[in-house]
Amino acid sequence: MRFAFDRDQELFRDALRDVLGRECQPSVVRASWERREAADPLWRTLAGVGVVGLTVPEQHGGLGRGALDWVLLLEESGRFAAPVPLSDTIAVAVPLIAEVGTASLKARWLPPIAKGEARVTVGLASEPFVRDADVADLLILQRGNEVHFVARGDVSIREKSSVDRSRRLFAVEGAPSHGAISVPASALASAFDRAALAAAAELLGLAARMIDLTVDYAKVRKQFGAPIGSFQAVKHHLASALMKLEFARPAVYRAAHSLDHPGPDTSLHVSMAKACSADAATFAARVSLQCHGAIGYSFEHDLHLWMKRAWALAAAYGNAPWHRERVARAVVDTVVRGDHP
Amino acid sequence: MDLTWSASEQAFQREARAWLASNVPKEPLPSGDTADGFALHRAWERKLHEARWSVVSWPRGYGGREASVFEWLLFEEEYWRAGAPQRIAQNGIFLLAPTLLEFGTEEQKTRILPRMAAGLDVWAQGWSEPNAGSDLASLTSRGVRDDARGGWRLTGQKTWCSRGVFCDWMFGLFRTDPNGERHRGMTYFLVPLRATGVSVRAVSRLDGDPGFAEVFLDDVFVPDRDVLGEVNKGWEVAMATTSSERGLSLRSPGRFSATADRLVDLFHERAGDARLRDDVTQAWIDAECYRLYTLQTATRASEGKPLGPESSLNKIFWSEMDVRLHETALRLLGPEAELDGAWVKGFQFALAGPIYAGTNEIQRNVVAERVLGLPRR
Repeated sequence: MRFAFDRDQELFRDALRDVLGRECQPSVVRASWERREAADPLWRTLAGVGVVGLTVPEQHGGLGRGALDWVLLLEESGRFAAPVPLSDTIAVAVPLIAEVGTASLKARWLPPIAKGEARVTVGLASEPFVRDADVADLLILQRGNEVHFVARGDVSIREKSSVDRSRRLFAVEGAPSHGAISVPASALASAFDRAALAAAAELLGLAARMIDLTVDYAKVRKQFGAPIGSFQAVKHHLASALMKLEFARPAVYRAAHSLDHPGPDTSLHVSMAKACSADAATFAARVSLQCHGAIGYSFEHDLHLWMKRAWALAAAYGNAPWHRERVARAVVDTVVRGDHP
Repeated sequence: MDLTWSASEQAFQREARAWLASNVPKEPLPSGDTADGFALHRAWERKLHEARWSVVSWPRGYGGREASVFEWLLFEEEYWRAGAPQRIAQNGIFLLAPTLLEFGTEEQKTRILPRMAAGLDVWAQGWSEPNAGSDLASLTSRGVRDDARGGWRLTGQKTWCSRGVFCDWMFGLFRTDPNGERHRGMTYFLVPLRATGVSVRAVSRLDGDPGFAEVFLDDVFVPDRDVLGEVNKGWEVAMATTSSERGLSLRSPGRFSATADRLVDLFHERAGDARLRDDVTQAWIDAECYRLYTLQTATRASEGKPLGPESSLNKIFWSEMDVRLHETALRLLGPEAELDGAWVKGFQFALAGPIYAGTNEIQRNVVAERVLGLPRR
């Protein structure tokens, strides 16, 4: 039993935090709301440091890592609200290509994806919209038990506006007529679980950053002659937000371990993780807004960049009630007593 | 990351499970917060001790098994799952003993720990006073030096001492330097409750059991050998182990996992009121999160990393979770929730959680100031 990350996993996380601290300032997130390509340099940087190719198998030019590696990195992309489709790429699209793709498909797409030269996006059946479909070279679209691997020109797309404008959503219209591969239901279930856990990991980072932003503000904002962070009402809000975050965290890490070591409870673990992290992040968002007061309600302040990402990811790939329902079916509807750690 | 139990941990778990299965009383014991119940619980402590299950993590010489922190967690999980009796000895075992192991002399350890492990001496906690609750450092009970006899004379009043009328000894803080500022000038004493000058009065808890006591001390002599740690350093001695109290040892996850499992059982017995299914699920999730959080903490502890003020998060979480678990159970019971049964008893006990061991308001201040770095005033 050792419920902790390995040193090299933590070092990779720290290195990514440094990179994002330099290259993903709030101004970059804000610019991406206006111009999609404002985030392109960041994507090239992430590809350069190996993050985009993290899950690409080594023979195709990546690092061949799994969920325990990406969970910490996606926490960082959440912390900086990175306006790039990192989670869909490394946690969903690439593992799906690696799992069900033909040899030629893998050879054609995985190396350029790892290098950041080709963009991929994914539309699982659970989600009505596909992110960044306008710039994707490869679209992976689930239709029932089939997955279509198609080029951008093969489908027509219509933009939908997300509350978080750095997330560019598209409705893909018409059924793709070719590029289909029939895949086992288990592969689709795994893809969904990975997508849900990737969102959960980003939600941890978002919650942590919102708490940090609010603590920083509460230290300097003075009312009644004192920093508002010295008032117990503010302290208690923030302590509660931190508690929810810190108790969601191990659920997310355990689910990452379960994705790398699949078993009968993997989906249950993912659902616990997504439900807890979505609740923690939406709670952190509420508390952060409240403690900021009116300034946090203004569009000019950065808080909403994180808050809206948290709303979006809390809703994506199953919201908290959806995942609690899945937990309920597994542990409340049928009484099963196990010794799963 | 490795989330599997080793062969020896599994063997330890099987041994504990087998022993508990054949030794846990079939009928629950009467409350250990009553005179009759306390005597039966003391006998149970002795039985645990005879099979070396009373203090599994202690050194063998004092009655333990030198169990690792993970084995201790496994034991606790089995213990509560088996529906075993409450631990009347817990304040000694989990609050005093870690302090004694860190600060005690060899003489103190060999004199005190084996008797504690065997249930021969059961210890009460003497922290709170009528005017020193959350603001513990304002306590005024005092110790005056008696050089002639080689010890101290204690005078004052302690309160909310759990099972104090039935206990044999009390550990507590007393002011020994009247000029010391607040946190300075206190000394940690070990006080025999049968000593001359001690009078103990039972105070009934919320559920009516006489589980609290007020302890009055009138010029009670305590020899030097019953001073724990340095004179006038009592605050530091007492606080050194509060992180482990709040962070790990006070409430192991096994207790809440067992309650959550019983809640799921109750949901089925009551033909599953669909309106409460989500609450039951959330309660189960909370207990599981607490278990996972504790495994993280235990990993840190086993690697020698200190548990800091983050422990306060832990105490807030389990105490509020315990209230929710019981509230959900009472809702499932419908009109029978009013009956004076196990769930309403547990509910009343759970309500104390956000108050004892430092109220949750104080814990939130600690989290805000020492973890988040917000200004004190």
